Amino acid sequence: MSKKPYIRKQYWNEAEMGLWERAYLPEILRGLFITGGVFLRNMAKWMTGRKGALTTYYPEETRWDYAQANRGKHVLTRRPDGTPQCIACNMCATVCPAKVIEIEAGFDPADTAHPKFPIRFEIDYSRCVFCGLCVEACPEDAIRMAKETPNLPVTDRSAMWLGKEELLEWQPQDDVAKPYPPAPPRMPNGARE
Amino acid sequence: MIADLVISIVFIGYAISVLMGFGTILTWVERKQAAVMSDRIGANRAYIRIPFTQVKLVWWGLFHGMADGLKMLLKEDFKPRTYDWYAYAVAPWVVFTPVLLVFAVIPFGGMITPAQLWAPLAGFFGDRSWPMMIANLDAGILIVFAFSGLTVIGAMLAGWSSSNKFSLLGALRAGSQMISYELVLALTVLGLILIYGTVNLDAMVRHQSGTVLGFLPAWGIVYQPFAASLFLAAAIAENKRIPFDLPEAESELIAGYYTEYSAMKMGLFMFAEFIEIAIIGALFTTLFLGGYNLPYMGDAGFAFPGGASLALPHGAVVVTQLVVFLAKVFLVCSFQILIRWTLPRFRYDQVLTFAWKFMFPLALANFCVTAVALWWLRA
Repeated sequence: MSKKPYIRKQYWNEAEMGLWERAYLPEILRGLFITGGVFLRNMAKWMTGRKGALTTYYPEETRWDYAQANRGKHVLTRRPDGTPQCIACNMCATVCPAKVIEIEAGFDPADTAHPKFPIRFEIDYSRCVFCGLCVEACPEDAIRMAKETPNLPVTDRSAMWLGKEELLEWQPQDDVAKPYPPAPPRMPNGARE
Repeated sequence: MIADLVISIVFIGYAISVLMGFGTILTWVERKQAAVMSDRIGANRAYIRIPFTQVKLVWWGLFHGMADGLKMLLKEDFKPRTYDWYAYAVAPWVVFTPVLLVFAVIPFGGMITPAQLWAPLAGFFGDRSWPMMIANLDAGILIVFAFSGLTVIGAMLAGWSSSNKFSLLGALRAGSQMISYELVLALTVLGLILIYGTVNLDAMVRHQSGTVLGFLPAWGIVYQPFAASLFLAAAIAENKRIPFDLPEAESELIAGYYTEYSAMKMGLFMFAEFIEIAIIGALFTTLFLGGYNLPYMGDAGFAFPGGASLALPHGAVVVTQLVVFLAKVFLVCSFQILIRWTLPRFRYDQVLTFAWKFMFPLALANFCVTAVALWWLRA
């Protein structure tokens, strides 16, 4: 039985080592100086109360450089008087590929322009895929996505549902797409002028 | 007699608590140092909540070691269906016990005279004094090698009795690697033994408290800088840590010779490894870094090279020596961790080639040069 001797393959970019590299110890020391230098620099930062790490201490700390168009937490926009712009048409819930939006519609005969309004508007962030189709589908510009992410890390799965109150929290002072004039005053009996 | 017993018990308690403390702290140091070296934050989520309050003590992740220990104690202890269950059960202890025993001959302080520490103690101890080590044996460094050579038996037993091919491969690797590097380790120390003319570790430390050339502290690393680096490399290989962790290389052998161990048995292997880091630190400190003494310091106080001297009270000397020893050991441990997180792993054939064709001849050459130089100087 003849066996071919093993010949090591030669690569075109084989590393060439001089005598200094072959001596091994100097290069080891160089590597140790690099890692030790990084350690001392970071340690000095920690000692003087600065942050000596590149990682983000999520969720206590979030990155500041989210893209402007980042699809994060959903927000429900409001009319000037503060009521949600949503007309509970269920188009977002229909288009949602993850089926995470739940809307319960209510009827308000006093508001003749928008008699339908959402009693409940809930999103399950444990299943949301942040695709943004709900924003595309909305005929009223009632749902948008802010660039900040919702505060997802929780210990309970049921705590990942955000309701109408949390989604309405978004209060921009100026918005190019929608100026927010001050809400018109109300009559003492609650009706509008 | 009774006084000897009491002193021995105190020293043994101190030694055990120091080793256990180092073993626990080093798990944390390893995590945090690795994190800081690579621009990360490191483990910091385990906390202790003060009961009935919302105060959570995190303390830079110090409690992760406790969480690890609890996890290992509470986990299910899987056992392989092995034909040699006795060897399987005894192997972790064969690894763990010699590691603790090595510390018996390492001096962690100079002479202690209890009567001078606190006057009422004179009634019990008289004015006798003891060297601060558990066993002041003339064999010294030979005992160290004898006991540290025993751990390879535990590794081989573990690999053999697990009836697992990965374990067996790991054990074979551990056996050949540890025996090869033990030889290098002993050879590097031979030069120091020639210089000091003794194998008693306490006498070695006393020898290092003088000066050489008038101003340099007479540390082993000054006499034998080459042997010091060889010793450290061989000791890390002996401890089977990266870059020499072939016996337990995760990507090749899962966990090597302790693949089949779980829960606290596996914890014993890990703990033995961490304690051995401290042991290597203590040995390196004792042999090459002047042991428990600061430069120019002896049992009476400082004696600076210019001729000035500073006498210290006995209590201050004892405390300084204990603290200096711990600090030096900690620094050497930290350096070992730095090496572990800097260098990539060798290939297995490279490990043995490195031992037999690189370090062994160098250690031998170092020994020969030392012998010739000593012969030249003393003739």
